[in-house]
Amino acid sequence: MTNSIFAERKDQVHRKGDEPFQMSCDKDSLAGAVSQRACVFCGSRVVLYPITDALHLVHGPIGCAAYTWDIRGALSSGPELHRHSYSTDLQESDVIFGGEDKLYRALTQLIDRINPEAAFVYSTCIVGIIGDDLSGVCKKVEREKGIPVIPVESEGFKGNKRAGYNAACRAMFQLVGTGAVDDVSPLSVNILGDFNLAGEIWIIREYLERMGLQVVANITGDGRVGDIRRAHGASLNLVQCSGSTIDLAKMIQDEYQRPFLRVSFFGVEDMADSLYKVADFFKDMDPQILERTKALVRDELSELYPKLKKYRKALEGKKAAIYVGGAFKAFSLVKAFRLLGMTVELVGSQTGTEEDYRELHEITDPGTIIVDDSNPLELSSFLEEKDVDIFVGGVKERPIAYKLGVGFCDHNHERKEALEGFVGMLNFAKEVYSTVMSPVWRFTPRKQALSSNRSKMDVRNEKKAIKN
Amino acid sequence: MKKKRLKTEKEPYVATTDSCKLCAPLGACLAFKGVEASVPFLHGSQGCATYMRRYVISHFREPVDIASSSLGEKHAVYGGGPNLKLGLKNVMSKYNCGLIGVATTCLTETIGDDTSRLVKEFREEFSEVTAGHGNPTIVNVSTPSYAGSHIDGFHSAVRAIVDQVASNVQAFENTLNLFPGFVSPADTRYLKEIVHDFGLNPVILPDISETLDAPAASEYEKIPSGGTPIASIKSMGSASYSIEFGRCLSDAMSASNVLADRFNVPSRKLGTPIGLRETDIFMNTLEEISCRKVPIKYERERGRLIDSYVDGHKYVSGKRAVIYGDPDTVVGLVSFLTEIGIIPVLCATGAKNQYFQTAIKAVTEDILEETPVTLDNIDFFDIEETAEKLAPDVLLGSSKGYKLARKWNIPLVRLGFPIHDRFGAQRICQLGYKGTQDLFDITVNALIQATQDRSPIGYTYI
Repeated sequence: MTNSIFAERKDQVHRKGDEPFQMSCDKDSLAGAVSQRACVFCGSRVVLYPITDALHLVHGPIGCAAYTWDIRGALSSGPELHRHSYSTDLQESDVIFGGEDKLYRALTQLIDRINPEAAFVYSTCIVGIIGDDLSGVCKKVEREKGIPVIPVESEGFKGNKRAGYNAACRAMFQLVGTGAVDDVSPLSVNILGDFNLAGEIWIIREYLERMGLQVVANITGDGRVGDIRRAHGASLNLVQCSGSTIDLAKMIQDEYQRPFLRVSFFGVEDMADSLYKVADFFKDMDPQILERTKALVRDELSELYPKLKKYRKALEGKKAAIYVGGAFKAFSLVKAFRLLGMTVELVGSQTGTEEDYRELHEITDPGTIIVDDSNPLELSSFLEEKDVDIFVGGVKERPIAYKLGVGFCDHNHERKEALEGFVGMLNFAKEVYSTVMSPVWRFTPRKQALSSNRSKMDVRNEKKAIKN
Repeated sequence: MKKKRLKTEKEPYVATTDSCKLCAPLGACLAFKGVEASVPFLHGSQGCATYMRRYVISHFREPVDIASSSLGEKHAVYGGGPNLKLGLKNVMSKYNCGLIGVATTCLTETIGDDTSRLVKEFREEFSEVTAGHGNPTIVNVSTPSYAGSHIDGFHSAVRAIVDQVASNVQAFENTLNLFPGFVSPADTRYLKEIVHDFGLNPVILPDISETLDAPAASEYEKIPSGGTPIASIKSMGSASYSIEFGRCLSDAMSASNVLADRFNVPSRKLGTPIGLRETDIFMNTLEEISCRKVPIKYERERGRLIDSYVDGHKYVSGKRAVIYGDPDTVVGLVSFLTEIGIIPVLCATGAKNQYFQTAIKAVTEDILEETPVTLDNIDFFDIEETAEKLAPDVLLGSSKGYKLARKWNIPLVRLGFPIHDRFGAQRICQLGYKGTQDLFDITVNALIQATQDRSPIGYTYI
């Protein structure tokens, strides 16, 4: 099994219990290793993408814009400019003579045509090489058109996805503080790091509103330029998906003295904890908030738990593997699987920090494999070794699971099922159930080979479980 | 007097909105996926490989590993050579591969990496490593994303494979080289069957029939089995004939030209066999090359196809279609639509292609009085603007046209690449008589369903 791991990557894989915890991470991906990671541009594009009333213009050859056209399930309650793909589509002559003029003309034409509230101009690999003065062009167009035109320093090769998150945060921070905050209540928050996939941010907003809080800006799910402009007015920033937006929260804290809390809206435990932490923050301003929050959690749980029972009963003892972009999501997934009575055998992420992996090490069981910046060969060998029932990941992980005859749950940006909030836990359970308990696995060659090796007793037990 | 501005005088938009093309390295990766035991390798930053994998996986629903030299900032300054070599070494050590297909990207082309030289250096510097892994072949192709589109990258890679691997090692008797262009795995399987049935030995390049539509397996295959064997590619120079599909393929991109120039393998260039007439040409060519009559099986398929054309013609007659996609797929579809009585009101491709208009004219002129509106180098914004005035009844093309179909409330027949919102893209057949039969049935049914859906009656008998 271990021969699938490159010598250079040995310290990016840890088996809990083997030796004292130590992991290396935040390294450049190894050449030739088929990393599942993307690039700086991807990091920026992911974060800014759901700002629905802005123009997102990709300055570069066509690929970068084409591969990110309407691929994410970030929903909007209004404008949908984000669902288009705009590119300067640089050609050979632009690379030779420079792309500034083309960028200027593309920007001005597009702003006239679609009338956005702001424009983000993404830099790509070759823009960093040919040396176009992106910010110069942006400033000029900003002056002429009277809307913010913000360069995003997202040259693909200048780091990894995390560098792209940072570039996006710096870009957004140029907007923060430029809007009026007269109507912002002291009992107010911004939601950071939620991208409104399948309408999730609406679920969370509804909880916060029931607690008596005003949500000023969604950053960035169902996002609006105007809301980000006045985000500095909110008393507290709730930071989910820590990797992507924590830099913005820190910038707001430093500049406007607004604190932030790390939260997670996935799974019952983390969802409830997050709401309680928020209530605790506001309890001096609003003494009743804690009661209202408790009532909310109680109501939601009393509805959820009876419905979860059926799924837990079927799934108890099943084994899961997790490989996601950011490690913070993995924490919640480990807990969510535990709530379903399942064990986690493998957990990894593309961009986790040492602190993240240390926490994963703490919350997982002995024997669990923890991995940073993995690749298809490693992942497939881990799945085979651990003989799991489900793999949680994104589009690139799906065929690995399916080829091995393993169930799959999409927990990435393409998903169409809301997995946040209390209702999200039910959706998650349903999705896990729908794949783990499907009868199709019994026909797959690998499962057939495995089951013929099992004792008759095991087969009988399995049949019983499916019947139930 | 106010000067009337003609459409052609309007200043075109500088930006590309909702692109109808992808970048060249993606096409190269697809072509490399069709060689046995091959790993596509992008010399560039990590993101390119990951984005393309995601895009290709979503269409084929198969594992698609694309390696990358994962260049960072210092490589952009000092050159990507060391990482390219490290990457090649790493791929060899883990994948047990027979071929690595190195495609460049905009980054490495712009910083001026000489990839051919670097690969040569690698072979010399790492001769022991490569020998230890069975001396995998390395093919390299220049595919800067700022020149051409994915379909150009595809053809460039096929040509590079032939250019760098093919020789005149003795082939089986009656070997026929077939360059199908970018067609589905199911179509590739069918082409192989057809050629076999004429008593010929096909070497199809690329052959994605198994690599991008693999059966469930008991063990995870690092590289899916199938693909054109490297030994077969080596023997392409001693084949009896080459057939190459694509009326829009330039001589400079033609792989069969390499074999003709270097090894005197006669080459036949045909249109992609979609529809009756283009398939007839293909079958006649096979008949001629093999000196065998068209097998009865295909006579029957042809007969059934014509029978269905007659049965279905009134459902489609005079309907107006917009077709978009890769140049040769569009030309084939337009040829088919024209012969069943559908009017192609707009034929569009995102690629820049100087042969496109001529090819559309060639496949329509014996039936239509006027050549349909034909536009290359176009995006979906322009397609929408142009097609809106043409009152289309149906769209044919990739899933990226869905928004237009939804807006105009007309059916979209999903064909070509990519298909990201439906299942079974790898099994779509549109070539030959049988593929055309499938194509005809789904087109007719799409139009019938549109009529049925719009009818207040709710007919259950049509």
